[in-house]
Amino acid sequence: MFISLIISAIADGLIWAVLGIGLYLTYRILKFPDLTTEGSFPLGSAVAVTAIVSGVSPILSMGLAVLAGMGAGLVTGLLYTKGKVPVILAGILVMTGLHSVILFIMQRPNLSLLNHDRIYYFFQGLPDYYDVVFTGMIVLALLIILLLGFFYTRLGQAFIATGDNEEMARSLGIHTDKMKILGLMISNGIIALAGSLVAQELGYADVNGGTGVIVIGLASLIIGEVLFGNLKLGQRLGAVVIGSILYQLLLLGVIQLGLDTTYIRIYSSVILAICLMIPQIRRSLNLGTLIGKGEKA
Amino acid sequence: MSALLELKQLTKIISNQADEDNKILDSVDFTLNEGEFVTVLGGNGAGKSTLFNSITGSTETTGGTVQLNGKNITNWKEEKRAGYISRVFQDPKMGTAPRMTVAENLFLAQLRGKKKTLKPRGLKKQKAGYQELCASIGNGLERHIDTPAGQLSGGQRQSLSLLMATMSRPELLLLDEHTAALDPKTSKRLMQLTDELIKEQRLTCMMITHQMEDALVYGNRLIVMKDGEITLDLNQQEKDQMTLKDLLKLFEEDKLTPTI
Repeated sequence: MFISLIISAIADGLIWAVLGIGLYLTYRILKFPDLTTEGSFPLGSAVAVTAIVSGVSPILSMGLAVLAGMGAGLVTGLLYTKGKVPVILAGILVMTGLHSVILFIMQRPNLSLLNHDRIYYFFQGLPDYYDVVFTGMIVLALLIILLLGFFYTRLGQAFIATGDNEEMARSLGIHTDKMKILGLMISNGIIALAGSLVAQELGYADVNGGTGVIVIGLASLIIGEVLFGNLKLGQRLGAVVIGSILYQLLLLGVIQLGLDTTYIRIYSSVILAICLMIPQIRRSLNLGTLIGKGEKA
Repeated sequence: MSALLELKQLTKIISNQADEDNKILDSVDFTLNEGEFVTVLGGNGAGKSTLFNSITGSTETTGGTVQLNGKNITNWKEEKRAGYISRVFQDPKMGTAPRMTVAENLFLAQLRGKKKTLKPRGLKKQKAGYQELCASIGNGLERHIDTPAGQLSGGQRQSLSLLMATMSRPELLLLDEHTAALDPKTSKRLMQLTDELIKEQRLTCMMITHQMEDALVYGNRLIVMKDGEITLDLNQQEKDQMTLKDLLKLFEEDKLTPTI
């Protein structure tokens, strides 16, 4: 019983790690929190579930979800770079608008996958949760390989430089606006993919499925950084995955302590808040070596 | 000698809160010939940096035109102009990407003005060349080829910026007090390196400086700016005859009082 709880937390950690990796592109590389996340995540769920229910294969449905997420990122990117809307506000606008888009796609607030194929059925014979674990690992491996491949192209380097020193990037002839739009598109495509994976695990898509997901994504990212400190790019993505699993285990621990799951969101917020403050706490207490190398801005 | 850069009636007006117009650049006419190395002097607020920003396109001008190689580039964006014009900033932090390594920074500079495609970067093949390039500076930068630029000393970082600005031979190099933030010794070395690079590659260059001595020693033309106008323009001969004393006197009479 306890083992299966752990396995389920690991399974959740793996598929939610996809969200963390999507957020990494904006929050860490481009250096802004993108609130489109809370719209593109349920959008991915809605598109994938609607497509599956209409008879499209799970893999193709997830592809459609990615495209939809990229579209959402494109709108945020255009508002931000061309419309000069502050990026936080641009994200909020798109997130809010997507609520209606999701209702339009599903034609109802909640759509079930009952009796329909899911991506996890590839590993049907396995015991509970192992199907999710394996699917999650395969998706993450593919995602990380693709992303690293992208980062080490000329375009990818221009993208990273844009986040690192925008003024310098522009002075070297890098089209920084295009890079930001590209980053928002890829990020939200990945986040929608995460939405499609989570919806298939839950067995339904909900129009409100995005509330609070940015906290979960950022938590996995920050936990990874707090634990491992300064890493290379590829290792950083791995750290996000480990951070995401640890976060789910932490939540499991909180629930095992007997705390009421009705109030789960505040546990999430508290966990993230503590993780975000760790570098600060460490600095004021001078605990440098106790917790690890720490986060390098 | 042909004209590389032509500024015609270049004007930049900023309206302040009281709705008073402030002319940062006042109908500047200026022609820069190929191979010239112009030092630019002027007090604070004379419009030197705005002049540079107008040339690179990082600030929008109110009026006038900018021509590069006979082409009107007034409406070109900064990113497009960057293919031809490179720049070194005063702040060592501004010219390099802090989390990217020295080699990665150099690679980005090498792509200046080129299309950023999905071609793999192939950094390993370039490293030997980069190492050689860095070794030519003589401040140990070649030992830090895989170090993030943010961890370099100010002098190393600024010499990296200079290499990045010159490695793909820009048509025009703009130096905006690029040695001002460094200690005197490092500053002097970087200035000598700059001069060598410019001579070696026969670069066309404009250099803002607050060091009157540098303005006289380096370059083959000198201009002085005041209140958004070019008030003095000395060619090589006139510049050679000018002494530091003359220049100081000129500034005193003109009440230009630049910070030395």
